[in-house]
Amino acid sequence: MRDSVNKGKPGDLDLEKYKPVSGSHDYIEDLSRVGTNESQRWLNVGIDVSENNRAATFIQKDNSVVYSCAKTEGLEMMSIGDALKKHDWLEGYMWQLLSPDKDQFTSRSNQMPYNGYFIHSAPGAKITRPIQSCLYMAEEGSIQNIHNIIIAEEDSEMHIITGCASAHHGMSGLHLGVSEFYVKKGAVVHFTMIHDWGEKADVRPRTAVHVEEGGVIVSNYISLHPVGSLEMYPKTILDGEGAVARFNSILVATNDSWLDVGSRVLLNEPGTRAEIISRGITAGGTIIARGEMVGKVAGCKGHLECKGLILNEGLMHAIPELKGYVPGVDMSHEAAVGKIDQREIEYLMARGLDEDEAVSTIVRGFLSVNIEGLPPALAAEIDRAVTETQEDMM
Amino acid sequence: MLQIEDLVVKIGDKTILDRINMEIPEGETHILFGPNGSGKTSLMMTIMGFSGYTVAGGRILFKGEDITHMPVHERARMGIGVSFQRPPTIAGLKTKDMVTLCSRGRELDIEELADRVNFTQFLDRDVNHNFSGGEIKRSELLQLMAQQPELVLLDEPESGVDLENIVLLGDIVNMLLERGVKCPRSLTPNPHRKRRTKSALVITHTGHILDYITADRGQVLHNGHLCCVKNAREILKWIREYGYEECVRCEIV
Repeated sequence: MRDSVNKGKPGDLDLEKYKPVSGSHDYIEDLSRVGTNESQRWLNVGIDVSENNRAATFIQKDNSVVYSCAKTEGLEMMSIGDALKKHDWLEGYMWQLLSPDKDQFTSRSNQMPYNGYFIHSAPGAKITRPIQSCLYMAEEGSIQNIHNIIIAEEDSEMHIITGCASAHHGMSGLHLGVSEFYVKKGAVVHFTMIHDWGEKADVRPRTAVHVEEGGVIVSNYISLHPVGSLEMYPKTILDGEGAVARFNSILVATNDSWLDVGSRVLLNEPGTRAEIISRGITAGGTIIARGEMVGKVAGCKGHLECKGLILNEGLMHAIPELKGYVPGVDMSHEAAVGKIDQREIEYLMARGLDEDEAVSTIVRGFLSVNIEGLPPALAAEIDRAVTETQEDMM
Repeated sequence: MLQIEDLVVKIGDKTILDRINMEIPEGETHILFGPNGSGKTSLMMTIMGFSGYTVAGGRILFKGEDITHMPVHERARMGIGVSFQRPPTIAGLKTKDMVTLCSRGRELDIEELADRVNFTQFLDRDVNHNFSGGEIKRSELLQLMAQQPELVLLDEPESGVDLENIVLLGDIVNMLLERGVKCPRSLTPNPHRKRRTKSALVITHTGHILDYITADRGQVLHNGHLCCVKNAREILKWIREYGYEECVRCEIV
């Protein structure tokens, strides 16, 4: 039997194994001239080089920003380096939600040269077309070091797609990402992240989100392909009355993939609401699905749902946690881990589906979390990815 | 159409159906009466081939072919369809997609079919998720309309259905079995239409469904034994008058 703490335990990851990125990549003047290999890898994680129906595009390859273009009023998107030169106030947002001392990864991120994106919506700007950003690793055995800042000013609205991938599946490397998101009064941020790293990649994003009164963060995380080891546990602070956080994750762990993924929400004000929904399938890999809600005031409300399917022997470890400090918090959780119910398979077979068709229909349904506010094209993309993945697993 | 010969079925070590013989000729609808726990649903599950029901003796023939050990989906594809009493919820599978799956590539106007069973507002809901008893029935019949089986097995079609909907439900069953007086709109009723080929076995505990559908024959199942074959309405009168115990005694004596 597998032990979740034995393999890829984050604290044990040896940073010396990786070298800093050696060179840099040229800026891409014309996205349509990117090779089909690369553009296909990007498309797999939701990044469309035709920039059809996109409000802005940012692409970072290793530590070089190779493309950055915002063509929408009320929206700024650029490299964090350029942004720090442009706005002297931006320094005040760096390392505010996360501390460099948090762990060896944040401390390394702080010491090493970095890049990353800066996304900023003007007050009241409703940016309906998705903003896309791609973080791409191409140099074997290197560390990609990133610091991202998103600031949604009051009453603005943004839909962001972040696709993260490596140049090919056999590549090893370490992705370090520090992300700090600021959702101000009444602002709405939809953030969808799709990962496709590969069997040897180690991934350690560190994310924190601050939401003010009436603000909304909806975060969708999708990882359907093999990854060496991945650990992320973003923290969201609901710091104003009526602030809302919704986190969905869809995880598939094949072979020796190791995923430790969760969401943590602090409900600090009355009327704050949180929902964490996680769907995981292990087909030979490890999934640790965490969720934590901390209710500190009366009148906050949260629900945590964590469901896991075991198709092949692996590990599905659900850890839902609720912490209530005062009377009047209303939090609940629901966790279930198991195999596909034989009754469901036979029900579909009684309608004429053979056993394989029945199982894949159930798996597809299981993974199709209804992700609110997703652009239809991306929803179709995810649906396609899910279908392909479940075909691979069978 | 369906022929059951000396069928013995066990769940674990326990015999739940003992030497059942039954024949449903093409075009006929038979009613299977029986008190709770008599083995009615088990018989239906065995005909469909569900796991957990072990055939310890006898055989089941469908259209002349021995299907006793055939996988569930092959029986379905041969033309057997079931309306379940308590089907499982399949999370993330929308009812309309389920109906499409049932049609197995046949062309289908799902909206129109759903409209006939007054179910259009449920098409985008996960199949059976938080459906009431009556909603489950309509969902099951909608799926059967798409599947178009030749032999329909209905498990307690009237249970949990309110009076208003039971008429509608009876109409749908009759339509499914080519027994309806009402025809799909745009078609005029034709009493001289082609010979009926659809057969059915309808399981009922109360018999109320007989007020809404017509049947050729009735049988009573009691403690795993099939003990009476008669006109369905006649049986129902006996059961209503004297109860199941008395009805069974008549057969034994």
